[in-house]
Amino acid sequence: MQTESPNETGRTGIAKCRTGIRGLDEITGGGLPRGRPTLIGGAAGCGKTLLAMEFIVRGARELDEPGVFMAFEESEEELIANVESLGFALGTLVEENRILLDSVRIERGEIEETGEYDLEGLFVRLGSAIAEVGAKRVALDGIDALFAALPSEAIVRAELRRLFRWLKDQGVTAVITGEQGEKTLTRHGLEEYVSDCVIFLDHRMSNQVATRRLRIVKYRGSRHGTNEYPTLIDEAGFSVLPISSLSLSHRVSRERVSTGIPRLDAMLGGRGYYKGSSVLVSGTSGAGKSSIATAFADGICRQGERCLLWSSEESPDQILRNMASIGFDLQPHIDRGLLVCHAVRPTLYGLENHLVGLHRLVESIRPAAVVLDPITGFAAVGDTAEVKTMLTRIIDFLKGAGITALFTSLTQGAEPTQLERTDEGVSSLIDTWLLLQMVQSAGERNRLLYVLKSRGMAHSSQVREFMLDNEGIHLSDVYTGAGEILTGAARVAQETRDQADNLAARKAHEREQRALELKRRDLMARIQVLEAQLAGIDEGAALAKTEEAQRVAVSAHNEAVMINARGAD
Amino acid sequence: MTATRLPSSGVDSAGPVPIQPESPRVDDAAYTKASVGHVLTLYVASLTPRSVAAIRSVKDVCERHLQGRYELEVIDIYEHPTLAKSEQIVAAPTLIKKLPLPLRRLIGDMADEHRVLVGLDLRTKDEAG
Repeated sequence: MQTESPNETGRTGIAKCRTGIRGLDEITGGGLPRGRPTLIGGAAGCGKTLLAMEFIVRGARELDEPGVFMAFEESEEELIANVESLGFALGTLVEENRILLDSVRIERGEIEETGEYDLEGLFVRLGSAIAEVGAKRVALDGIDALFAALPSEAIVRAELRRLFRWLKDQGVTAVITGEQGEKTLTRHGLEEYVSDCVIFLDHRMSNQVATRRLRIVKYRGSRHGTNEYPTLIDEAGFSVLPISSLSLSHRVSRERVSTGIPRLDAMLGGRGYYKGSSVLVSGTSGAGKSSIATAFADGICRQGERCLLWSSEESPDQILRNMASIGFDLQPHIDRGLLVCHAVRPTLYGLENHLVGLHRLVESIRPAAVVLDPITGFAAVGDTAEVKTMLTRIIDFLKGAGITALFTSLTQGAEPTQLERTDEGVSSLIDTWLLLQMVQSAGERNRLLYVLKSRGMAHSSQVREFMLDNEGIHLSDVYTGAGEILTGAARVAQETRDQADNLAARKAHEREQRALELKRRDLMARIQVLEAQLAGIDEGAALAKTEEAQRVAVSAHNEAVMINARGAD
Repeated sequence: MTATRLPSSGVDSAGPVPIQPESPRVDDAAYTKASVGHVLTLYVASLTPRSVAAIRSVKDVCERHLQGRYELEVIDIYEHPTLAKSEQIVAAPTLIKKLPLPLRRLIGDMADEHRVLVGLDLRTKDEAG
């Protein structure tokens, strides 16, 4: 059994038995302790029986490990009927001799104790059942019913101790379920006998929504998650969250994916969002969040890739109609199977259901992008911490899968302090955050869009006016002159005014230019006259200088002649 | 085997059955048949001392209180594990009183004769031993 995969034995050397149950193998580091009993405790209705049954069914169906399910509370027919809706095909597995069901019924009223006894009957039944199907797994569901059925608690205790030891000797991986006690994990202290692995299930209500949780109380010799993990029972059985690991080791992509709006692409370093990144579009009501989300989805589908549009406010029909009004025809994408609209009210289920539902959809559709529009509604289902946890899981899951995620979030107020935060508290997890704002001026409300942040890319710091018409989304520069921001009609009016002003100014400038040119020419002419005068003066001066030199030379010559004639020494 | 027997239809009712005077043969450890009054099956898990004690006690009680009016079958569940399942045997030894109704399961080595008699509806709970 230890040859199946390297994961089968943990670092500690404990052999693990994969349960095949979503999420449980992850948090137990590979499954339940192989060849040992595991106790599952919890109150009535917490899903103990289902967990035990799924362990057996998945073993028989998917992991080639036949199993025996011994029920102490339900008949075989009831067991088969109960899991019918889960698609376990238990009846078929029983017919194929891969699972053997044995229902132990003890009527307290029929029993008369007449002396010493043991529970050899159980051993015989289990032993023959294990031999009959070659069982590797055994489930004993509700075994503490024995305490109620048999008068002597001391004998039952001793026999259970012997039974669990015997199960180990048989080499089967067993799960034993027991009802929750008031102060103990199980009412009859079964945890005393099952010391290898104890799992506790809990079922409670919060905000009128049922939440299920699972905790690994102990797991001898193995590393395991110690948190309470949200769990879920739905039409596919049991799921434990996280159903993906929460490490930050996902590989990031340098590829880009278009926002579906060319001008917005330009604002984001010219090429749009990073593939596999998380995008948040937040803004007040009616600011155009869904439109940006739709543009993105439309862009993805146009490239022939699949997109999941998860709407928590509008029905698919409503989305189609509304988006057609701004020029997005989504129907062809749906017809081609590229766009999947999934509309569900957040308050319909607990957060875990939504998370698992998203996982399932993503796994079946394998989209390139997921749009959640909006995430705000989830706040009604859980408190901020829970919602944040869930969104973190969604973000991590989608990132890990390399899926670009776009979330929209409604902000309540228009003040900057309110705008630049989200009720869900996820802004720190977001890679690209687009903010939409409504501004009111000149009797109209106009939309502004800006990039609040965008990790890992040069992005525009400018505000754009965001316009919706029946041809789609347009972004245009806002008027930013004269110390104010103008949009819409005010911007157009201001721009017209500016144009007129510009013309007048240009004319004035041209006039000024001409006047200056005339002045320049006048000066140039005067400069020429003066230069001529200067030349005349220079000429006279040079002449005088030459005459003086000649005069000096003549005079010196005459003096020399005189000295010579007088014979002086 | 004794020749006298009750019509099988007669055993369907929970009411008392006519007393049969003959002595049944009790030397066959596995199977003792009488004209039917009590239909009993004793399930044991192999012939452990506890099983042997139970067999002996049951036979003793039957002989003394039900002479000629009972059927007793002794079955080793190790040899017939399917019976352990179909007859809902959990404890061993278990004596099942199928008739007269109501069905009763007597578990243990049958050392407590009072309880055995109560279990076989031969004595009420409060009646002194």
